[in-house]
Amino acid sequence: MSKGQLPRWVDFGLLPALNLIAAFIVSGLVVVIIGEDPFEAVKWLVWGALGYGEGIGYTLYYATNFIFTGLAVAVAFHAGLFNIGGEGQAYVGGLGIALACLALDRFIPWWVTFPFAIAGGALFGAAWAFIPAYLQAKRGSHIVITTIMFNFIASALMVYLLSNILIPQGTMSPSTRNFEAGGQLPLLRNVFTSFDFGQSPVNLAFFLALAVCVVVWLLIWHTKLGYEIRSFGKNPDAAAYAGISPVRITIITMLISGGLAGLMGINVVMGEQTRLLLDFAGGAGFVGIAVALMGRGHPIGIILAAMLFGLLYQGGAELAFEIPTISRDMIVVIQALVILFAGALEHMFRPAVVAFFDRFSSDTAEA
Amino acid sequence: MLDTIILVLDSTFRLSTPLLFACLAGLFSERSGIVDIGLEGKILGSAFAAAAAAYVFQSPWIGLLAGIFVSVLLALIHGYASITQRGNQVVSGVAINFLAAGLTVLLGQAWFSQGGRTPALDSASRFNNIELPFADALADVPVFGPIYANLISGHNILVYASFAAVPLVWWIVFRTRFGLRLRAVGENPSAADTAGLSVTLLRYRATIICGILCGFSGAYLSVAQGAGFIKDMSAGKGFIALAALIFAKWKPVNAMFTCLLFGFLDALAIRLQGQEIPGIGEVPVQVFQALPYVLTVVLLAGFIGRAIPPKASGIPYVKERT
Repeated sequence: MSKGQLPRWVDFGLLPALNLIAAFIVSGLVVVIIGEDPFEAVKWLVWGALGYGEGIGYTLYYATNFIFTGLAVAVAFHAGLFNIGGEGQAYVGGLGIALACLALDRFIPWWVTFPFAIAGGALFGAAWAFIPAYLQAKRGSHIVITTIMFNFIASALMVYLLSNILIPQGTMSPSTRNFEAGGQLPLLRNVFTSFDFGQSPVNLAFFLALAVCVVVWLLIWHTKLGYEIRSFGKNPDAAAYAGISPVRITIITMLISGGLAGLMGINVVMGEQTRLLLDFAGGAGFVGIAVALMGRGHPIGIILAAMLFGLLYQGGAELAFEIPTISRDMIVVIQALVILFAGALEHMFRPAVVAFFDRFSSDTAEA
Repeated sequence: MLDTIILVLDSTFRLSTPLLFACLAGLFSERSGIVDIGLEGKILGSAFAAAAAAYVFQSPWIGLLAGIFVSVLLALIHGYASITQRGNQVVSGVAINFLAAGLTVLLGQAWFSQGGRTPALDSASRFNNIELPFADALADVPVFGPIYANLISGHNILVYASFAAVPLVWWIVFRTRFGLRLRAVGENPSAADTAGLSVTLLRYRATIICGILCGFSGAYLSVAQGAGFIKDMSAGKGFIALAALIFAKWKPVNAMFTCLLFGFLDALAIRLQGQEIPGIGEVPVQVFQALPYVLTVVLLAGFIGRAIPPKASGIPYVKERT
């Protein structure tokens, strides 16, 4: 091991752990500032998320959302693209899922609707990512800005559609009608009756998320396309020189990314709500950024990070119930600090750790 | 007819002001090469701090100072991450937005227990509307009278300040030594470095100015336009300002016109809600809400002119490779 380099376990284990610890320490300080005991808060948080069946169910339910959006951001990251529009793509993807369910739910069982809903979500999500991708590839407009703009356009579009077109006659709240049984994913509490999931909405979409992780892993590390995506992300010039078309890779990667984000609706729209609601994505697209950063773009890392955020979301709800001064917004703060320390300040501890390991290795060399 | 036009334009000014402050804020940051998608978070943080301080000290001015202080603090976090640590500027901006969204409600709930709001401000703790001299006396003069009395007069001091800031920013960016250096580090930091300028220091100064201007924007929302802080009260204004900055091609005077345009769309949307437009029919309010973003995307696509950002924006500066 040469000077200035770190063993893999430090790079992929210790440094992310240090960043995470820093984020949690600062979160703890915030709790102290509002006059509560951080250790008490952690206790309720963990108990709320893992202490009983229903809590675990909710944790898995939230984690499912974050796996989809985390994968979406991660795939784009591999090509060096920052897809900040996961929120909008998930939202529009939900529309595709809802349309599939509305069209089919009265005629066929759920497992026939399922593939159509998956196709609808992926297709609509990908379509929403297409224009920013095309503009980045062909016209050089920055994908970060265009995807931000498309989040807002999606939100305006969906409010219009839900409150003017999809709303059933005679109702006031902007949402579609409830899907019949043919448009509802089975809940795990009805599938695995031996385990007590309480009233939690965790459903079969969880297994879809795990399956998609395997597909993404195969795609990125075991296909020609994945190789091209990674080469383009590492060095676009070299990739172009090697005959990889930047336009093609940018557009294909963003379509995959948008499609993955679009699948999130399977969990919420088809699994939990069984109808399309305003703002159902609820910020999961942005959590995906934190998940992808923490998971270092690898499906295993993303599953772990999504579980952590699922735990925070569910535990945070319990915490807000037990200690009302710590409202659910605490989760947003923790999320912000994780993004800050694991993302933007990712290299903050690196020099110190490198110095530590250098001294350590030179000591052993002399001895 | 004239009355309606004046009414719409009057609210255009009010709605443009927070955009204009934030847009000018972003201009300093991006001109120095720091991409800032955290404008939204800084506005929100400042709105909360301003409302809280104005309530506690019964003074809008102390509120404004507190707003600026918090906004600059957030700007310095962004600066530390993107200048000193050379982190990803977009990621850092996202973090700032979340930090502000979470902390404002969390602290608001802990301090005031009103569901994340701050207590309503009375008129002594707000920036009130100013009647310009002779507004009443001239109100009866045809055409000019109503324009002067209802459109130009009768805004609070921050509205006037935002428009006064435009020529000032123009002068600073294009006519002072600091402005020249600022643009230099945004276009070609290594050349600026070779000329003996500190890229780090200049970029930090730009981020601090950005924080100050966002502070004005947030304080305007909660202690001038509104009377207290409401959860998520910035409601995407930071992103519209970002869009406006691109639309304005990073130029202060363009920024003013763009912010007026986007403010006008907003005012029109409110005015036209549920009304028929002759020949078109009723236009959904969402069209007006989406229009600033659609226009910006169209501009970015290069179909109406070209928006070329400062060359070095978003790229951390590394003094030398070791």
